[in-house]
Amino acid sequence: MAYQSPLARVRGLGSAHTGTGHWWMQRVTAVVLVPLSWQLLVFLDLTRNAPYQQTIEWLSSPFNGVCIIVWTLAAFYHAALGLQVVIEDYVAKEGVKIISVWAVNLIFSFLAIAALAAVLRIMVAG
Amino acid sequence: MAEFTLPKNSVLTQGKTFNAPKGAAHTRRFEVYRWNPDSGENPRVDVYELDMGSCGPMVLDAILKIKNEIDSTLTFRRSCREGVCGSCAMNINGKNTLACTKSIDSYPDTIKIFPLPHMQVVKDLVPDMTHFYAQYASIKPWIAVQTPAPADSERLQSHEDRAKLDGLYDCVLCACCSTSCPSYWWNSERYLGPAVLLQAYRWLVDSRDEATGERLDDLEDPFKLYRCHTIMNCTDTCPKGLNPAKAIAEIKKMLVIRQQG
Repeated sequence: MAYQSPLARVRGLGSAHTGTGHWWMQRVTAVVLVPLSWQLLVFLDLTRNAPYQQTIEWLSSPFNGVCIIVWTLAAFYHAALGLQVVIEDYVAKEGVKIISVWAVNLIFSFLAIAALAAVLRIMVAG
Repeated sequence: MAEFTLPKNSVLTQGKTFNAPKGAAHTRRFEVYRWNPDSGENPRVDVYELDMGSCGPMVLDAILKIKNEIDSTLTFRRSCREGVCGSCAMNINGKNTLACTKSIDSYPDTIKIFPLPHMQVVKDLVPDMTHFYAQYASIKPWIAVQTPAPADSERLQSHEDRAKLDGLYDCVLCACCSTSCPSYWWNSERYLGPAVLLQAYRWLVDSRDEATGERLDDLEDPFKLYRCHTIMNCTDTCPKGLNPAKAIAEIKKMLVIRQQG
């Protein structure tokens, strides 16, 4: 290792040929979340200030329900992509880095599916 | 790798103080980072009070005055003294710049001079540029063509295409931008940094180059390119007034167009 040339060290294992999709989807989900967050604020306001039945009815409407589902999926996807960047920035050990990224992806996938199931249940069963 | 504390042997100590000569009417105080690898001691900050009546106007003039008249052991790089060679890049009052193009009067009080941040120090104000230059070499900073040059002329370029190189070819590779970038501090083993990416873009937009796809292939990597988080320190600090952050954004744009367009 000590006798490796500086250029060989820089070239390392070469380019991964990935990253563009990750970077692009981070921007796409951020843009998607801007208008959808308005619907989320309306929903959060209802959960605090409206009766339970009114909140359920609001969420059961196809438009509102779909908005909240898309917000949920976009938000968890955006959060997973962002946390991956933070981990890659600050975790140096390769093994810990890979496991951490996968842990984040699994946790956010689980949370997204749980939220999706909860909203669908309300939309379908009321 | 992210490091938030200095190793014990890098902690700064108070060094010597060299007072201004008696009778000096107008003096300025300079605090300069000093480290000698042969001494085994921690780095220190020496204080020099200079008589401005016999000193040139630029920070480099002050450093030269220190070396010539007060302390000949002070080590630093310099060559052109007019912002063209990039040798005298250093951190002055917390901002990376060229000592030769910064006037002493542009700083209000004490002037603190340190080597470029987060680089291995060879001695005093001299950072080790080996890795930085190897990164530059890795992007193949020369024209790549398959088509033979015309037999009776050079490879032609329109005025519009030539204008695309303005603000890119002017980079003097002083490394002020790269060493001001936190992403480069944490991940310089793999992240190419703003200076090298600006140079990469210089070849990506050169209308005469025929290897744009291969160059983009080499750059498309979560670490080589996408460690840039648009912090903008690079553009803020560039002593030549260039915009490496925009060059990096243009590379990302090219990659998105290639993939999505």
